[in-house]
Amino acid sequence: MDIGVLSAITFLPLAGAVVIILLPRDMKKTARWLAFGFSLAVLVLAIWLWFQFQTCEPSEAGYCFEEQTTWFGMINANWHVGVDGLSVPLVLLTALLTPLAVLISFEIEDRVHMYMSLFLMLEMGMMGVFVSLDLIIFFIFWEIGLVPMYFLINIWGSANKEYASFKFFIYTMGGSLGLLLSIQLIGLTTGTFDIPTLAGIWPDFTPEGGTLFGLGIETIKTITFWAFFVAFAIKVPIWPFHTWLPDAHTEAPTAGSMILAGVLLKLGAYGFLRLVLPFFPEQAARFAGTIGVLAVLAIIMGALASFGQTDFKRLVAYSSVNHMGFVVLGIAAAAYVYGGRGGDSQSAIMALNGAVLQMFNHGLSAAAMFLLVGALYHKAHTRDLTRFGGVWVIAPVYGGILLFSSMASLGLPGLNGFVSEYMVVQGAWPIFTLYTALAMIGLFFTGAYILKGIQKVLHGPVKDEWKGHNLEIEVREVVAIAPLLVLMLVIGVWPNWLVSVINQAVSRLLGA
Amino acid sequence: MNIGTLENSELLAILPEILLAVLALVVLALDLIWPSSRKRELGIVAGTGVFVILALTLILSPPQGDEALLGGMIRHDDLAQIFKVMVLLASALTCLMSVDAEGVGRKAEYYAILLASTIGMTLMASAADIIMAYVAMETTSIPLYILAGFLRDDDRSAEAGLKYFLFGAFASAFLLYGLSLLYGFTGETGIYDIAAAFRFGEPGTLPLLVAVIFVAVGVAFKVSAVPFHFWTPDVYEGAPIPVAAFVSVGSKAASFALLMRVFLGIFQHQPQMWAPLLVVFSVATMTVGNVLALPQKNIKRLLAYSSIAQAGYTLMGAVAVYASDNGLGAASVTFYMGLYVLTNIAAFTVVTLFHRATHSEEIADMAGLSRRSPGLAMAMLLALLSLGGIPPLAGFIGKFYLFSAAVDAGLVGLAIIGVINAIIALYYYLSIAKVMYVDRSEDEDKPIEVPRPYWVVFGVTLVGIIVLGTIGAGIGFEWARQAALGLPGV
Amino acid sequence: MGFPVLSAIVLTPMAAAVIILLMPDKYTREAKVIAAATGAAVLAMALFVYFNYDVSAAETAAAEGQSSFQFVEDVPWVEALGISYKLGVDGISAPMVLLTALAAFTGVLISWGIEERCREFMAFFMLLVAGVFGVFVALDLFVLFFFYELAIFPMYILIVTWGWKVTRVYASMKLTLYILVGSVIAMVGVIAMYFVAGEATGIYSFDMEHMIAASQSGAFDQVGYLGREGLTFARFWFPFIFLGFGVLAGVFPFHNWSPDGHVAAPTAVSMIHAGVLMKLGAYSALRVGVQMLPEGARVHLPWIVFLTLINVVYGAFIAFRQRDFKYVIGFSSVSHMGLVSMGWATMNEIGMMGAGLQMFSHGAMTALFFACVGMVYDRAHTRDIPSLGGMVQRMPWVAVAFIIGGLVSMGMPGLSGFVAELPIFLGVWNAAGVTLTVGSFTLSNYYPVIAVIGALGIIITASYVLRVVQQVFFGEYNAEKYGELPDITVLDKIALVLLVGSLIILGVYPEIMAPMVQTSMLPIVQVLAGGA
Repeated sequence: MDIGVLSAITFLPLAGAVVIILLPRDMKKTARWLAFGFSLAVLVLAIWLWFQFQTCEPSEAGYCFEEQTTWFGMINANWHVGVDGLSVPLVLLTALLTPLAVLISFEIEDRVHMYMSLFLMLEMGMMGVFVSLDLIIFFIFWEIGLVPMYFLINIWGSANKEYASFKFFIYTMGGSLGLLLSIQLIGLTTGTFDIPTLAGIWPDFTPEGGTLFGLGIETIKTITFWAFFVAFAIKVPIWPFHTWLPDAHTEAPTAGSMILAGVLLKLGAYGFLRLVLPFFPEQAARFAGTIGVLAVLAIIMGALASFGQTDFKRLVAYSSVNHMGFVVLGIAAAAYVYGGRGGDSQSAIMALNGAVLQMFNHGLSAAAMFLLVGALYHKAHTRDLTRFGGVWVIAPVYGGILLFSSMASLGLPGLNGFVSEYMVVQGAWPIFTLYTALAMIGLFFTGAYILKGIQKVLHGPVKDEWKGHNLEIEVREVVAIAPLLVLMLVIGVWPNWLVSVINQAVSRLLGA
Repeated sequence: MNIGTLENSELLAILPEILLAVLALVVLALDLIWPSSRKRELGIVAGTGVFVILALTLILSPPQGDEALLGGMIRHDDLAQIFKVMVLLASALTCLMSVDAEGVGRKAEYYAILLASTIGMTLMASAADIIMAYVAMETTSIPLYILAGFLRDDDRSAEAGLKYFLFGAFASAFLLYGLSLLYGFTGETGIYDIAAAFRFGEPGTLPLLVAVIFVAVGVAFKVSAVPFHFWTPDVYEGAPIPVAAFVSVGSKAASFALLMRVFLGIFQHQPQMWAPLLVVFSVATMTVGNVLALPQKNIKRLLAYSSIAQAGYTLMGAVAVYASDNGLGAASVTFYMGLYVLTNIAAFTVVTLFHRATHSEEIADMAGLSRRSPGLAMAMLLALLSLGGIPPLAGFIGKFYLFSAAVDAGLVGLAIIGVINAIIALYYYLSIAKVMYVDRSEDEDKPIEVPRPYWVVFGVTLVGIIVLGTIGAGIGFEWARQAALGLPGV
Repeated sequence: MGFPVLSAIVLTPMAAAVIILLMPDKYTREAKVIAAATGAAVLAMALFVYFNYDVSAAETAAAEGQSSFQFVEDVPWVEALGISYKLGVDGISAPMVLLTALAAFTGVLISWGIEERCREFMAFFMLLVAGVFGVFVALDLFVLFFFYELAIFPMYILIVTWGWKVTRVYASMKLTLYILVGSVIAMVGVIAMYFVAGEATGIYSFDMEHMIAASQSGAFDQVGYLGREGLTFARFWFPFIFLGFGVLAGVFPFHNWSPDGHVAAPTAVSMIHAGVLMKLGAYSALRVGVQMLPEGARVHLPWIVFLTLINVVYGAFIAFRQRDFKYVIGFSSVSHMGLVSMGWATMNEIGMMGAGLQMFSHGAMTALFFACVGMVYDRAHTRDIPSLGGMVQRMPWVAVAFIIGGLVSMGMPGLSGFVAELPIFLGVWNAAGVTLTVGSFTLSNYYPVIAVIGALGIIITASYVLRVVQQVFFGEYNAEKYGELPDITVLDKIALVLLVGSLIILGVYPEIMAPMVQTSMLPIVQVLAGGA
């Protein structure tokens, strides 16, 4: 049996994890470099995949590199994987961020083997979600990702790590319960767990007699829709399901936060795109308004909450809520149109393209921001904004990089954030005018909190506390952040290389 | 009736009885010849002698079917044979376990009386005439009264003897009265003749019921069925331990043999009269026996109550006798009695040795026995577990047969009560196991001596209950069923 | 007939027990070696049986509605009653035999350090193992009960002698009596079955295949049982037999013995007890209750499912509330065994297959849990969760093993718990067509609700597992109190690796077990569907 590239991308990290955990205790250095090597190999594969994807002829359902083997024949669950334009950027993002995060984690001294193994397992979990085309496999990886993240926070986190990791785990797990039950229901009533197949039959599915378990099929679909919604909404996170996020971020180690914000949050949004929209077009459209409101609330409340923080990392954490709000807004707008509730499909495509691009962009900028916060914290051992000031003077390179990433996050034209947020807003405007208008007000607050952060850290007089301290960024950290900065700029200037791929899948999805 | 001539086969049928009488005389004679230093060997001679008699009986005196022998006094059928084997085994083992028992072990008259009682028991197993049955029963009982009171200097033993005698006499009277009624109804004394007479005309329900009740009460005393059990704990407690053992197994086994023969022989056409009575006896006996066993602190009293309960289970099979055309009821009773003999002897032997070393009969004093004498503790454990009905010991399969018989007779409720009782019983059996295995004592470094004859006793009993519980279960049951099929009405 | 491998599996430990018992007291080491060698031998034989079980033959038989028993041995025992020493396995019992062997071998390994009367411990342990094997391979109902009861008394001695000093007397007695009451009531039911089947077919036999055939020919479905219109033998006896065995499977409200018993037992015994013994109950309930009295199952399982639901959710909740490390695991067993019974109650192929897998998965997982608890307790001498902490530094292997076990127990995908629990829940959904009728009251479409509420158990499980992992293995290590705790021995590590390995293999590659369990469930499902 030849192993397909997607299987390789998924399981290479696992192989790395096993190798590393079996290394002798004293080979810390080897463990680090092995982890880096493995993640780099995955990146190479992902890049190769990206280029191959440009020329790939998608199957009927629109997927490339499909693989299908029986896994658990009894329940008809198969190892079915494949990628399309929605998942391939995310695979690339994951593959890119993992080595950078590993690089940042070289500063970890405590139980290096375990840390690196867990990190690679985390990568496997995320990759698995993005490539799987079977509901059971999807769920398996969805859950697997939780475990390493739990331990990363629990063991290597800061002061309040126990509470935060527990909350993270239970929230996500609780959210996925409904998902699991709905998957079971769907799988049983239709007899398949195959995502492309289900996307074809589930929306119009009517059981014999029109009822299931004594309930109308409409009711069943609505219930399952909400179950899916809650599971993904917690992960994204959509207000008001976001409360685990600031805690988890604050307590997680730097690399953990990078991956958490950079990739894990995307899993939720990806779930909306891959499952909710194709399976529940009607329900999604019906509730698109509600989702839109929640998205706007996430944008505004996230920004306000962020503004209110005195902890640098919490500030960045809340910014994720704010930014992911745009993703959700774009999805809500697209869902509204896709479900046939009016609005023109061009706007919908624009909004959804923006949303997907925003996912990628937020992955870059959030990872960069967390990296920078971590870099500072690592040396200053505090994240208290009130204690900083004038850092630019002490650490000019750090200051420059922080300013650059903040601007990308803020949405400065010419950098990546601007492109995606603009697309979302432009696409959503004709569909949800009021919400979009409100979201733009939120954008204003975004500016406010980012500037506040910059001002508190970089500007002002140098506090006595830091005189004589070296807060300058290290070479290793620069190496880690450089690819992110480059990509921010590239996407800002020439987004088309990414958008063309995304657009292909989005258009297909929205049937244009 | 032809009393004048005796045929060889008729002599062979009473071979064990004859040999037992001879053995008793031999023991008495040796007592005169031997110096007092050799008196200990009297018990060994008696025990070995009974074993030899057992072997001779098996070899020389095969069952002779349902032919009435000795003028219709006895039958030498499979049922008689199998119960004779049990009784002889009980007797032999009791002799051996008496060897080093205080106050009885070196006395020839003790063994002679014991053997006399054994003669009565073997006759009970084969009696086919109500007069014979009564005489056999008295032959059994009167020596037992003496044995119970054998330790004249011990008040408790004397009290036990007297109590046993009074209760026994009372029971005899009942039985005798019942039997005389039967004779009055029919003018016959042969058990099977009475049955035949009943087939052509019953004397009316009430008189017959009176007879049934009187006979039942008489036998109930002997098997210590509730509410006629009061003598049991006191006699067991007061009597020398080997005697208690012998009373609990030999007398009980013989009485069950008699019970089956009388009820199946005489009242085989009137099961509706005695079956409900036995159900009541059975339920009351096992429940009361078990419940009263729970608070006991004296091991002999506990074994007394346990033996009451065991009789209760066995009565369950006896009830089923009427319903089974496949002999399951009678076979289960027979099988159960066989294993009960072995099991109870094993338990009492441990108690004998324990008492000899510690002069205590308190359960609490058995603490640490598993460290002190692992072998004895294991023997006791096996015996208790067999009594409790745990595989691979014979008790399990025996109970299984009894419950099967009850269910077969349509008495599911009775079977359920039986199994619940079996579990109550397990509570106190396991409590003893706990004392032996978990509790600690200061005497753990003083092992209890086990003299040679006792090894034989343990060997026979423990191997017996394991074999009967496993590979021998089929063969043993087959023999028991053979015996049961020989019964009239089956 | 070839080599009687099943007899060898049953009798080897029994022979080992006798040999060990007869050895003089000073041969402690030799006793342990004999026990370990026996464990290894039975494990090898169990693997042989497992991998030589012919699934395709089972498929052929299932197509005709028959269970395929293989490796059959049949020796007459009590011919007068139709009792024979008949052994054999099908796809449901073969994994159980493997599980037992696994737990037995690892149990011996981790008991290596027992100092007090080690020789006797090993002997009784071997006896216990023999009893458990016997039940799983029995193809005669008498043999089944024989071994069922045989397993219980060594359990009592083991717990009362080597158990936790505080509760052992109480717990061991409670456990023994509970289990026995259940089993003997079931036994009376089986005896009744014997006579009814004998009357209907003319052959009186305890042979299980005969009994199944009798059941298929409708021997237990005659109306008018006990003279009551509308009552059949199966309907009357099913609850007694199913719940009688269910006591051992920990079915609510008869689960009470289990946490106390688990906690009081020494480590290896807890492993066998929770890991394997509880499956005896579930297995027998399936084999005797469901397969032989399907008509009763159809009537009664629709309400019994509520009991299993209480098991799942309530058990998990109580586990969450415990402070004692071992009690957490004890109650978690109650919760997980509820899933097995729930699987039986689905009465469809997928749910019952899942329950079959769950038996194995839970067995290995709980054995692993108790092994871990024992290792921590043996060194730290406390099981109070809040006062432990940071054990990962001292015993990394135990920590990793426990975490993997914990993930299995919360049904984490990729591990055996998921591949077992998922089909159970699928089965529950699938059973939506089941209706419950009590008098004039009819309840339908309630199984999906059960699935939803049952899923709550998963989240509660996650909570308590994480809590334990967090507080015991991570957090601050109290060096002052515990000093330098030694790490576990090589033998302990082998045991952990074996158990963890089986959990992972089943989780990643469920096809290794699922088809054989499934094909053996088919005939049962068919008879269940028979008259519906």
